[in-house]
Formats: sequence, structure tokens, C-alpha cells
Amino acid sequence: MEASGATQRLPPAPRPLAAIRRHAGAWALPIALAILPVYYALQDLISGYTVSVNGHEVVYHNLTEIGQNLVNGVSNGAIWALIAIGYTLVYGIIELINFAHGDVFMIGSFTAAGFWGSIGLGLTTGPLGLVLGLLLTLIIAMATCGSLNVLIERVAYRPLRNAPKLAPLITAVGFSFILQNVGLLWLGGSPTGVPDLINENHVIFTVFGIVVRNADVLAVGVTTPLVILLAWFITRTRQGRAMRATAQDPEAARLMGINVDATISLTFLIGGMLAGAAGLVYALYETTIWYFQGFEAGLIAFTAAVMGGIGNVRGAVLGGIIIGCIQQISDARIGPEWTDAVVFVYLILIMILRPRGLLGEETREAG
Amino acid sequence: MSELAAQLSEWRAAVSARLPPWWPRALAIALLAFGVVFPFLFAQTSDFLNATIIALSYVVFALGLNIVVGFAGLLDLGYVAFFALGAYTVGWLGSGFFFKANVHVLVNSFASSLPGVHLNFVLILIAAVIIASVAGIIIGAPTLRLRGDYIAIVTLGFGEIIRVIAVNGQDIHIFGGGQTLTAGEIGITPVDPVYLPGIGTFDQLHLRPWYWVVFVLVLIVLFVNVRLRDSRLGRAWIALREDEVAAISMGIPAVRTKLLAYATGAAFGGMAGAFLGAYYNEVNSDQFAFGFSIFVLAMVIVGGLGSIWGVTLGALLLSYINYYIIPQVLNTLPSKFGLNFQLTDVEFGIFGFLLVLVMILRPQGLIPERRRQLELTEGIGEIEVKEPAL
Repeated sequence: MEASGATQRLPPAPRPLAAIRRHAGAWALPIALAILPVYYALQDLISGYTVSVNGHEVVYHNLTEIGQNLVNGVSNGAIWALIAIGYTLVYGIIELINFAHGDVFMIGSFTAAGFWGSIGLGLTTGPLGLVLGLLLTLIIAMATCGSLNVLIERVAYRPLRNAPKLAPLITAVGFSFILQNVGLLWLGGSPTGVPDLINENHVIFTVFGIVVRNADVLAVGVTTPLVILLAWFITRTRQGRAMRATAQDPEAARLMGINVDATISLTFLIGGMLAGAAGLVYALYETTIWYFQGFEAGLIAFTAAVMGGIGNVRGAVLGGIIIGCIQQISDARIGPEWTDAVVFVYLILIMILRPRGLLGEETREAG
Repeated sequence: MSELAAQLSEWRAAVSARLPPWWPRALAIALLAFGVVFPFLFAQTSDFLNATIIALSYVVFALGLNIVVGFAGLLDLGYVAFFALGAYTVGWLGSGFFFKANVHVLVNSFASSLPGVHLNFVLILIAAVIIASVAGIIIGAPTLRLRGDYIAIVTLGFGEIIRVIAVNGQDIHIFGGGQTLTAGEIGITPVDPVYLPGIGTFDQLHLRPWYWVVFVLVLIVLFVNVRLRDSRLGRAWIALREDEVAAISMGIPAVRTKLLAYATGAAFGGMAGAFLGAYYNEVNSDQFAFGFSIFVLAMVIVGGLGSIWGVTLGALLLSYINYYIIPQVLNTLPSKFGLNFQLTDVEFGIFGFLLVLVMILRPQGLIPERRRQLELTEGIGEIEVKEPAL
């Protein structure tokens, strides 16, 4: 299916979309991405928006509102980015859409909430205890999800290494159902509130009227070091080099003395750990958790990974943040009930304009 | 393992050598006859007959998806879109939903007296096929240049967009005057029952006629599938699946061939969707979740990608497990062992566990496609060379 290179030299077949792409040129993608924020920014500037201040309706003409949407979008997107990295790493190395990944994230949230409850973190805990307790919870959630992901790989994907390409997709779906059922039995079928440990809506600082809350700082503050650490690991360490080599060509990597199975396990471990971290952040950020959150988040994060160019870690982060922003703008302006559709319309636009995703490169084709 | 397989194939050859030449035809006729009289073995309202009707409509879905995923190799995760469109065709053209209209074509006297658009079920089926295949082409078009799994996410996106539109359709006003696009989560209900004079009443107390209708649909789809697989178009699909560049350079029009795969697959999806919409007597946006696409894809893969009989078996197996065995048969099992929980609490889990188990035991599917089976074994294992008989 590596058609793009070879088919261009063939006599031109009728390709309406290719024609659009050619004419749209390099500018189409940035323009498409900017449509939503720019449109609403102009709307705010020209027709203004009303805010209720002390019971009075005041009309503002500035960019604060859209800036607020984008700040919330970045912090929300930071969570998606952590999950999307798990998708993209796994896809990069074994070309599997790991449908169980979102549910591993859900188990992360449940573990985190269960653990901090059992070590006695509550609304009355002091700041030092809270920081230490949450750090411990983070480690526990990451360890749990990491080992869960490795276990799933061992049981459900490794036996199918040489099977048809879609077979592991179905075992992934199978494990997704199993984990959802575990979540269902754990906390029941409806969303459960968890204590708002970090006082998420407390305003830390304000820039030009844009409010930055505890939750925003938490999401970005957990994601950034983890992503930097991951980038360092992949580019600088021996294990990271083994991962990249395996992603490029598992056979050649094996011949070079790389333990491919161990490297794949390591990839699942890292993906799972990031999902665990995302689980904790999500629980603190949203303050509600339920068994179906993993499915929804998984869909969003998978979309983010594809949008950024699946197999590419930077792309996953970028895709996560873009989707976070689209969601916030859509939630605030179009209506939350349409958000999913808006996200997917964006995805399809990006796929038409740039079939390999934003930062995607040529990846190995499954043979 | 391979000894066992060799032994089995030896036996199979021995058995088929002894059967008379008309044997396959006789078997087909016997199966057909069994299929026709099958519902008389069960009560009109039995749960098993109900599960069978649903299972057969899933056979139609799975065979449709098999064309896209199995034959043409385009991973479609948004198949639910065609279920939704088919079901909404019934909702729009066979109910009182368009309450201002007054259109009646070949329906029974009761439906004729109601406001709304009421077409005969056969006309609705045709409309559903047309609507779904046009949608299939529209959804397929943006994916033509995409690589393997990118197709999956774009089709998934379309499926989700259609679901969101279905859910929020109550807020979309068309034609003015309070007419909405869909009834969202409230659902369009009741829907006209099928009206085909001569084979009895169609309602919840008489399931046999429903069975016969869906049985005929399955036969049509099976026939079309077999003929397509062996046709020029079918070979073109398989060629594109195996090696797109080679296929294109041999003169296969990739765009048209792929779009035809999407359209054909979608047509069957719309057909089965229309049937299920009428059978459930309700078109509700909650029916069109992403899980449906995954469920049908699981049938195709568990059965054996590209294998018509495998996919049929996979669809029957998974639907019976999901709609009959888990809710009806196994549900009382825990209480027999003195355990105090409902099996429906863990039905996802059981279903997921079975999926994992089947795939690990038979990664190539229950009945793998012969062509794929050759590919999979070729060059990997030892090539068996028959020793010359001494």
C-alpha cells in the first residue's frame, strides 16, 4: 500500500481530492487548524460576548474568552497527550491499534483514587502530606498500569506475533471489554465523584484576565517532565535506541542482537506507565471517574495519535493538545453535545490535507 | 499438530472421494430446506427464535463488512454508520415520523390510515441500499489515499459523526414547522411492521415471518458475496489488498474498485439496518454506538477475514453468544452453584475473554480463506514434498 510514491508516476487517475490538495498547497493545513479559534476570536472582538459581573450583564470585546478556551485546551490536551503517547509507541513498534490502552488508563484512575483513599488522603490533609501522598499515588498508578500493560502484551499480543495483522486487534478489543467489566464491578455503572484533593478550581494566577487554575498547572506540570523524560529515554539511552531500531525493522534489530521481545515489553511498560500517570491526573482534574471513561478517552487519544502522525511521539503530544483546544472551544461555543463530531470533522480534514498526519513520516508498512 | 492436520486432511479426502458427485448440491438443498422449516421447531415467541433473527441480520452486516475489510483489505471501523442510515430509512419512510406528510405506497390498511410516510418494506429496503451505498462512497472517498490504519480512524470518525448527528438530530429542524431530523435518544417508534401479504402477520408475537424475511436477505447476500468473490471485481479487490502498487500497474482502477467495495459493503449494512430497525420497532440513536462496529469487525476476524463461510459462522457464533447464550442460558448458572450474582454483570468480560481465547487458539479465524491460508503457510513452515511412492 505504499502507493503515494509509486502512483504519482503513473498516468493521472481521476483523483478529486488530490486536486484539492495540490491547489490548497502548504497553507491549507495551518488555515484549517486556525479556522475555529480565529473565527471565534473575531466574533468575540466584533460582536463581543457578555459576562455577568455582580449581577450586571457586561459586554466585552477582547480575546480573553478565546485565550481561556485555549489555556483550558492545553491542560486538557496534556492528559490526552499522555495517553496518545502510549498508542503511538505501541503502534510504532508492532503496528497494533491497542484498543485496551484507554481502559488501562481507566484502571489507572481507579487505582489512584482507591490508593489515595486507603492511605488517608482527604480534603483536610496538609499541603506537604498531599504532595508526598500524591507522588506516592502517582508511582503506584504508574507501576500498576505499566505492569498491567506488560501482562496484556504477554497474554494477548505476543502469542499472535506471527498471526494475521488484525488478529491482535481483536484480542485488544477483548481485553478492553474485560478491563471495562473490571471497572464496572469495581465502582458500578455510573460516574463516581472523587475528593477534589488539589482544589482544582483555585485560581493560581491571572494573565490578561485569563485564569490559570490548579488543575491546569497539575496537568501541564505532570505531563511536561514525563514527556521530556521519555524523549531523553528514547533518544539517549541504549534501551531507547533498541526501541527505535525495533520500530524501524524488527528482523534487522533481532539480527543486531536486540532482544525484540524484551524491547516490546518495555514499550508496553512505558506506555502503560504514562497511561497510569494520565489516570491520576484525570481523576484529580475531572473529579469524577467511571468505567467508561477509558473508552472515550481512548478514542480521543487514538485520534490525537493519528492526527499527529501515528508512531511519532512529538506528533502525539501535538495532536493531544490540538484536540484538547478543539474540544474546549467546541464545548464553550458550539455545545458539548457536538464536540465529538467537531473533533472528528477536524481529524478528517487533517487526513485529507495531510494523509500522514501532522508530523508523520514514512513508517514501515506491515508486510 | 501438523501430523493431526495431515491426518484430518487425509480423512477429508477419503470421505469426499466416497461421496457421490451430487453431494454438495444435495447438501445445499438440504440446508436450505432446513433453513425454511427451522422456525417451526420453536414457539413463535421463543427467545431462541428472536436471537436467531438478530443473529441472521448480523450475518448480513458481517458479510457486508467482509467485502470492505476481508476482500478489499480496507479496515473500516465506522460500519455503524450504515446500520444507522438503514435504520433511519425505516424511521423516515416507514413511520409517522414525518407527521405532516401523507404518503402511502403499498401498505396495509392500518398504516394507510395514519399520517406520515409509509412505504412498503421492499421499497424501504431498496431506498436503504441506495442511501447507504451513496454514503459509503462519500465516506470512502477521503480514505482513498490513506495508508492501512489511517483508513480505520477516518471511517471511525465518520461513524462517530453520524452517531452524534443521530443523537442531536432533535435539534436539527428540517422543512420547518417542528419537523426534526431524528428523534435522538427518545427514538422513532413505532415503526411500521413489514407488510408482505401471504406470509403472515409481522409483530412481536409472531416471529416466524420475520425469520423468513431475514433468511431471504441472508440468501441474497450470500449469493451476491459468492458471485462477487469469483468475479473480475472480486479478484480486483483481492489484488488491491495483496499489493496495491502491483495491482494498479496491472491496470486495476484503484479508485473505482475501492469505492465499489465501500458501496457494496455499505449497501448490505443499510439493508440489515433497515431490517433491524423494523424488527426492533424503534430507531433510537443509542443503538449506533462505536461498539457495534467493533462487534461486527470481531465477527469478520473471528470467522476468518475474507472467508464467506467463516464470516457467516463467526457472525452466528458471536451473536448467539451475545444475544442468547450469555443472557438466557448462562444467566442462571451462578445461582445453581449458590453464587449470588447475575451473569449479566460480567457479560462484557465473558465476551472479551471469549474473543481473546478464540483469537489465540485460531489466529487465522475459524474457517480461514483458502487463499489467505496459502499465503500464511507459504514459506514459513516446511514445504511438504510428497515422497515418491516406492
